Parts: sequence; structure tokens; C-alpha cells
Amino acid sequence: MGELLVSDKSIVVPGEEVAVGMDFLPTEGVYRDGDKLVASRLGLFSVDGRLVKLIPLSGKYLPKKGDVIIGKVVDVLISGWRVDINSAYTAMLSMKDATSEFIARGADLTRYFTFGDYIVTNIVNVTSQNLVDLTMKGPGLKKLSEGMIIKVAPNKVPRIIGKQGSMVSMIKDATGCRVTVGQNGIVWLQGEPSQEFVAVSAIRKIEQESHISGLTDRIKAFLDEEVGKIKGG
Amino acid sequence: MSYDKRVDGRRPDETRPIVAKAGIIKRADGSAMFQMGNTVAYAAVYGPRDLFPRFMQNPQRGVLRCRYNMMPFSGAGERVKPGGSRRSKEISMVTEKALLPVLNLEDFPNAVVDVFIELPQTDAGTRCAGICAASIALADAGLSMRDMVAAVSVGKVDNMVAVDLNYAEESYEGGDVADIPVAFIPRTGQVSLLQMDGLIDAESLKRALELGKKACSEIYEIQKKALKEKFASGAGVNGNGER
Repeated sequence: MGELLVSDKSIVVPGEEVAVGMDFLPTEGVYRDGDKLVASRLGLFSVDGRLVKLIPLSGKYLPKKGDVIIGKVVDVLISGWRVDINSAYTAMLSMKDATSEFIARGADLTRYFTFGDYIVTNIVNVTSQNLVDLTMKGPGLKKLSEGMIIKVAPNKVPRIIGKQGSMVSMIKDATGCRVTVGQNGIVWLQGEPSQEFVAVSAIRKIEQESHISGLTDRIKAFLDEEVGKIKGG
Repeated sequence: MSYDKRVDGRRPDETRPIVAKAGIIKRADGSAMFQMGNTVAYAAVYGPRDLFPRFMQNPQRGVLRCRYNMMPFSGAGERVKPGGSRRSKEISMVTEKALLPVLNLEDFPNAVVDVFIELPQTDAGTRCAGICAASIALADAGLSMRDMVAAVSVGKVDNMVAVDLNYAEESYEGGDVADIPVAFIPRTGQVSLLQMDGLIDAESLKRALELGKKACSEIYEIQKKALKEKFASGAGVNGNGER
């Protein structure tokens, strides 16, 4: 009979034996060695029926097809742009995925996106060699102007967005800022400077306290208090 | 005169007091501090990230690049000449080779994982402290690893087989000294680093390695604790410049 060696939701480190027996199946972050299951990264141990996996607690963003991310244009090439996506690899935005406009041969591509521009973009494809292709065609995909960019830990992004975007809409409603959270951990905000500051503090708070229960209530109280201060003062 | 009592009063199989902390360098993707007595090592991990120059890239797997560096003021008295030396180059290489067996870099072709090991204070056993720190830092960076790596120096001072020699023991002049840095992969007991300076007989070498293995399993527990502490208290956020 199989047996778990560590309790559910505990933190495990690489090389730690998490379960023994053939009843459990290793998935993400776990490998099998003989009849033992061993952690192959640092993470939160989680059991789902017979499946055993690790939820990462740190690490770089891994590009995934379909993710909406925020990237920075770092190079302008012959037929497209190279974009830094806060991952191990840079991504390619080709001319035909960038705009539906007609671009004449030899046109100056910096007219569309130039060095240092931030863009909200979508990942079309990721190859085995981690070549990432982007597109600008889709709802909400655009070049960003004004506002501010902050970086958060990519593994905290789901908590910042919340269930069906509940957390991020709470921040938007309370502060009146426009907020876009990229799956790669880059967040764009734009609003009144004082409100922007509140929104950034709220995001930092989520990042720091995401593991303590009652997060939504605490963030709500925090936002009410901070926004109240601005109105009062 | 024979060496039958250690200068700092330790038992032969006792390491110096160890302190380990994970995630102390905020801007790095992963970092750690590992202190063994008066030897202090800091390790910072950056990456996986793009590797340049391009000819160094490997399209089949990621590359590990280590840099070992003793700070100019780190030694006892004499200033250490800053910058690379033959010695630091060698130690960088053996550190790389000690860590590579546990790292799964297949998911990151053409990329590099940079490990910087800095020693602000040294009292022998620096490459071992560096490897221990680097191992914590790599796990902290969220890289896929089969196991951790724990390292310690073992050896023979005159007639005593001992672990974790300090500088006074390493430079003992009353008899033969053997200094053997060794790194273990704790779960499997495999050796990923084994070097030697000095003279030792086969019997003592076996005994020394046994002591080393025992010490490494203690070190592994300390490394584990350091990582768990970081992530249990607070969210443990890495790699962001703005904070």
C-alpha cells in the first residue's frame, strides 16, 4: 500500500521523499525513483486523489500558449520585433501578427513599436526550443502609453487576479485605476498618482500575504482605509 | 607532539556551528547565505536567462555558470588580490561540476543559470560552504533539481581524522595534513566532488569519507530548514528590482 510521507500543503525541498508506493502517480515537480516519489523542486506539496504534484513557490515565468502578458520591445528586426517577456527567453512579434495595417516593404518598423515600448500581447505558440511567438490581434491587446509598470512574482499572479478577476476588479473599483495584469508578472497601472500608489501597495500586500487565509477581506479593508485617507485629506 | 585535541575543542566528527539562510539577496532570482564557523559564503542565482556569447549556448540543455570569488578583505591579514586567479577558476569549475548532477536543465535549451558565490570572510572550507550556499540558492530560484548538494571538507591532521578543518588545522605544521573537500548528494549518497591536498592512507581516507557523509546529512537538514523557514514566514518573493 502506498503512503504519503509529508502532509498535504506542506513545503517540500528538492530531494525530499514525498510518498512511497506505486499507488501514487508523480506529476509536475515530482519524479519516481524505485517505489518512492521524490520532489524535484521547491514547492507546496499537493495531493489530488492519486496524483501528486508540487505547486511552485518561486521561479521564472514559463511561457504558455494563450497567456496574455505584458512585454517590452527590446529590438526591432527586419520583419518584426523582439520582446522581453520577463522569462528565460525573449519572444518574437512578427509583422503580420502585429497589425492588420498594410506595411510597405522596407518601412520603418519603429513607427509601430519602438525600443522600450510596453505592449499587452498574447502568446500564439511556444516551441520545444522555447521560441515564443506573439500576436497583437485580439481584444485588449495594445501598446501601452502613460501609467506605470511594476513587476510581481509570476507565481502570485493568480492571487492578484483572483477568482474570475475578483481581486483585480476590487482594486480597480476602489482606486479608479486602470490595471492590466500580465501572466508573466508584469502589471500595468494608470490613474491618479495617489490612487496608483494605493493600488501598488495593495498588490504588494497580496504578494506578501497570499498564503494567509482571509486575503480578500484584508485587502478590501486595506483599500477602504487607504482610499478613505485620500478623500479625507 | 601529536595532534589529539582540536584547536577549537570540537570532537573529530563535529562541524563548526552552521548558519544557513535562504533568499537574502532581493534582486536575485534565488539566493542564500551559508556560514560555517568563520567561513561565510553568499550565493546569488540569476536565470535561467539568455546566454551570450552565442557560441557558449547549448541547444540541448541549459548551461550552468559558476563564479567563485574571495573578497579582498576576506582572509586572515593578507589582502587577497581581487579578480580571478588560477585557484578561483579551478574552484568555479569544480563547483559547477559538483552541482550539475542534480540540476535538470533540459527544459532550458540555449539558456544559462548564473551562480555567483562571494566569500566576505574565510577560514578554510570555502568551496564547500560555497557549494552548500549555491545549492540552497538554486532551490530558492525554483529550478528543477533531483536533489540538493551538501559539501564539507574532511581530512587528517597528524593522526586525527576529522571533519570540517579550519584554517589553523589545514595549515598545521606538526605533522602531515590531508584536506579533502567532498560533496554528497544526500538522498542517494553519491559523491559529486572529491579533491585532495596532502597525504593520507587508504584506511583513514575511508574513515574520513564516512565522517563526511554523516556531516553532509546534517548539513542537508540545515539547508532544508533554511528553505522551509523562508517560505513558511512571509511569501518569499524573489527577483524583483523595485522593492
